[in-house]
Amino acid sequence: MTESTIYEISSPGRMGFRYPKPDVPVSALPEAFVREDLPLPELSELDVIRHFTNISKNNYSIDGGFYPLGSCTMKYNPKINEEAARLPGFAFTHPLQPIETVQGNLTLMYQLQEWLKEISGFKAISLQPSAGAQGEMVGVMIIRAYHKERGDHSRTRILIPDSAHGTNPASSAMSGFEVVNVPTDSQGDVDVTTLRAVCNEQVAGLMLTNPNTLGLFDKNVLEVIEIVHQAGGLVYGDGANLNALLGITRPGDLGIDVMHFNLHKTFSTPHGGGGPGSGPVGVADQLADFLPGPIVAIVEEETDNVPPLYGYYNPPKSIGRVKAFFGQFGMMVRAYTYISMHGPDGLRKIAEYAVLNANYLLSQLRSTYHVPYDRICMHEFVVEGNWEDAPEVHALDIAKRLMDYKFHPPTNYFPLIVHEALMIEPTETESLQTMDAFADALIKIAEEAHSTPALLKEAPHFTPVGRLDEVKAARDLVLCCSIPD
Amino acid sequence: MNVPSNLKYADTDEWILVEGKVATIGISDYAQSQLSDIVYVEFKVEVGENIKKNSACVTLESVKAAADVNSPLSGKVVGVNEDLPQSMEMINSDPYKAWMVKIELTSPTELDNLMNAASYQTYCTERSH
Amino acid sequence: MFIPHSRAEKETMLKAIGVNSLEDLFQDVPEPFRFPKLDLPPALTEMEAIAELQDISKANKTTHDMACFLGAGAYNHYIPAAVDSLLRRGEFYTAYTPYQPEISQGTLQAIFEYQSLIANLTGMEACNASHYDGATATAEAGILAYHYFRRKRSRIIVSPSVHPHYRQTLVTYLCGYQNLSILEAQSAENPIGEPRSLLSLLDADTALVIVQYPDFFGRIYDYTALIKAAHEFGALVAVVCNPLALGLLKAPGEYGADIVVGEGQSLGIPLSFGGPYLGLFATRKDLIRKVAGRLVGETVDAQGRRGYVLTLTAREQHIRREKATSNICTNQGLMALASAIYLSLVGKQGLRQVAELCYHKAHYASQKIAGIPGYKVYSEQSFFHEFVISCPTSIEEITSHLLDHGILGGYDLGNDYPALKNHMLIAVTEMNTCEEIDLLCDVLQEVSYD
Repeated sequence: MTESTIYEISSPGRMGFRYPKPDVPVSALPEAFVREDLPLPELSELDVIRHFTNISKNNYSIDGGFYPLGSCTMKYNPKINEEAARLPGFAFTHPLQPIETVQGNLTLMYQLQEWLKEISGFKAISLQPSAGAQGEMVGVMIIRAYHKERGDHSRTRILIPDSAHGTNPASSAMSGFEVVNVPTDSQGDVDVTTLRAVCNEQVAGLMLTNPNTLGLFDKNVLEVIEIVHQAGGLVYGDGANLNALLGITRPGDLGIDVMHFNLHKTFSTPHGGGGPGSGPVGVADQLADFLPGPIVAIVEEETDNVPPLYGYYNPPKSIGRVKAFFGQFGMMVRAYTYISMHGPDGLRKIAEYAVLNANYLLSQLRSTYHVPYDRICMHEFVVEGNWEDAPEVHALDIAKRLMDYKFHPPTNYFPLIVHEALMIEPTETESLQTMDAFADALIKIAEEAHSTPALLKEAPHFTPVGRLDEVKAARDLVLCCSIPD
Repeated sequence: MNVPSNLKYADTDEWILVEGKVATIGISDYAQSQLSDIVYVEFKVEVGENIKKNSACVTLESVKAAADVNSPLSGKVVGVNEDLPQSMEMINSDPYKAWMVKIELTSPTELDNLMNAASYQTYCTERSH
Repeated sequence: MFIPHSRAEKETMLKAIGVNSLEDLFQDVPEPFRFPKLDLPPALTEMEAIAELQDISKANKTTHDMACFLGAGAYNHYIPAAVDSLLRRGEFYTAYTPYQPEISQGTLQAIFEYQSLIANLTGMEACNASHYDGATATAEAGILAYHYFRRKRSRIIVSPSVHPHYRQTLVTYLCGYQNLSILEAQSAENPIGEPRSLLSLLDADTALVIVQYPDFFGRIYDYTALIKAAHEFGALVAVVCNPLALGLLKAPGEYGADIVVGEGQSLGIPLSFGGPYLGLFATRKDLIRKVAGRLVGETVDAQGRRGYVLTLTAREQHIRREKATSNICTNQGLMALASAIYLSLVGKQGLRQVAELCYHKAHYASQKIAGIPGYKVYSEQSFFHEFVISCPTSIEEITSHLLDHGILGGYDLGNDYPALKNHMLIAVTEMNTCEEIDLLCDVLQEVSYD
């Protein structure tokens, strides 16, 4: 059933919320600036509650079901995170308050910086970037600033593996670099021979996702990093897949120079239907001065009985601010809560079980779906959603049919280097039963693809709407509610 | 797949109609089927501008892809199909009628690099396997 | 801990994979760097964790503990209970980006309604699904203008009365762009310039002019003439707005703005020490294809049922990659939902009511402060809910004195504008009672005697 929009439910004269009358004498309004018409709807509180409650029922969510989306790390979002972020002591603080009045916030941020350093092996952290993509842009800008400061202006290129997420080349282009693609070899690792050939004094750096988007830990990672360093370049690590590495290895130890974290992936902060995320950036020693500020630091050391005083520090060669204030503080509280509840052993267990789950699911599917890079995977793996003897069926159709089985489809058509890719990441919070049910569904769908492909081509059948006309959406371009007369 | 014999073709899937010193450019039937339904057409050049071989003259968007149409020839832009953005479905339904830009050639020898219909047909068939 | 597996289940799975132990799964990791010992405190249970966080949070003073007169881009407003009640629905906050529209109609419809509300509020024709905050939305306006003119125009003019953080963010974002310079209109005599002073800077090489409404100092200007002049040169104009002020004030669209950006925090989003907030981005219809970020469009399915999808996705990074004009992926979806709920609740009448309350209380405060010897109020220009006062002594001293009386004072403008030492930016909202304002004035008076 189609839900009406708020404008369609609107009824003149209704109010969902009333403010008190002014308790001060009123002043003359600036007539020249007062607007005549305010085209907002008029709804009662019940109207609003019912409307948004009902539309929410048309959403799939982690709370409702399994989300095996590769590279998204759709793990369970602990409810205690929500309690923590809403503590009035955190929620009702203004970012520009004097530091003496927000030592709680600054303590938390400082501690989170320290913990992220310890987890990743980096020497300095900025919590300011708001999302992974922004973290990437920051990382690339830091690389640019580093070379510029050394007086090296010839480094105009960034190397990016062809399996990379689209934000990698986009972030590089935004920072003024030319992008050069590096192929993946037959094992699924960065092609070392080609890398060696293209690494020269024009290369500012390499953006490396490890484990990569095929879910594979690069067997030659140390060599790859060494090649880039020898050529005078830096290595940027895309931390989207950090879930496989917690307590297993530290990117900083491997030689990565700069990396972003995704708090909304690895550290369980909720995806919110498209954000907010949070993308802190960690760096090796030589890049610490370039981080975006302000960063939280100790401004007065602790003495007996007096805790340290925390304040702000602006790195001396900072690339500059990337947003107002300090970053997605509410998400920092959630990540802090999560890390404190896991400790070192708990974090390692996350990675172990994320990788266990992925390999288990792979073992259940490999005889039904072609696995292009068939080796021990990390926290995710890629299969092809296509069979030679059922050529009209594509990965898209399998994805849509999964919805009828009450599963969210895996990531589709990414990475680009696999034909009809389905990227599957179960995460550590899913049980054996859930994964067996998912594997069963995929196997049934494979059978349907061969016997009754129409079931897939016309899927989904049981959702609030069927496949939507995306061409009409783009051509007719209706981006706002129509307002009934 | 439709490949009219009176046209020339580039290996980047543009068709070219040569009339004296003027070349008219569009995209082939093969190209439109790869992109699927076009939802947006944007001209990257204006009438009077000079354009170098292999530089982008039009950007096409479909629901799932974005592609630049490159000019396979160098010259001066003497016409752009202003009607096309309003009737972009024609690119899919009638790609050889949906012309995009007209160029007055400055290096006619570049025409030698283009394929005739038969070669282009073979080229497309080989690519599909 | 949220991992459900029993030991038996783990063994079953290891066997199915064909390995003996969990360690066997990590053989590709270089041996010297495998299994580091992390120096972190041991795991806390939920009870212990929340107790610790409560302690940490109590080391803060909040806007519940103090009368808040601090604004400067983040404001203390009342959030109706219904907003958070809906935001806490797992169907909304634990959902992913709506790439699979058939099972994401909740998120898609909510964002579509958000787009409509903001477009209507700002007087524009289209609005995207959000940016990270007002500062990054402003930076994206700069990037839009750069690509709009196909890199052929090289100047962006920014008024110095745009929020300092926004100007800094714009500079950071645009450093990677060739042949682009940002000009801040400065005047030694009047460091907080007026729109008139921007006119002389306009030329045919100007891509974009950025102004704020109300400006960083709270002042309201009619930008019609400036926008007209910019358009005569073919330049675009972006207006940074406070959306709550638009409950009372004319929309930037009415002045002819091409792009409207702003900070949506005042629409039902808590202060939360600076984030997560909400970047608004609205434009005229003909600019929509140059807009970064997600867009939700209306369409139908095969049965003719109305539905919503992410549209014009070919602009975005996952398709265009290095040719994308922006890299944005995750945005601020849940905050956009919060503001849509807030605007739906307060509606046409409520938003006007709250804007008027802010206006009247701020004007009451400014009139009272104007009467205190030693203080001067800058009120020649109309203002909304923030105004500048010059003070008889340092802002640090005044702030400290105010804190002693449970008052959070306004922003020290000397931080960003050297010519404005001893000047404070005071914000007043519907949350400030008459008694609080009176107390503020009493304490300010006290300070002037020291």
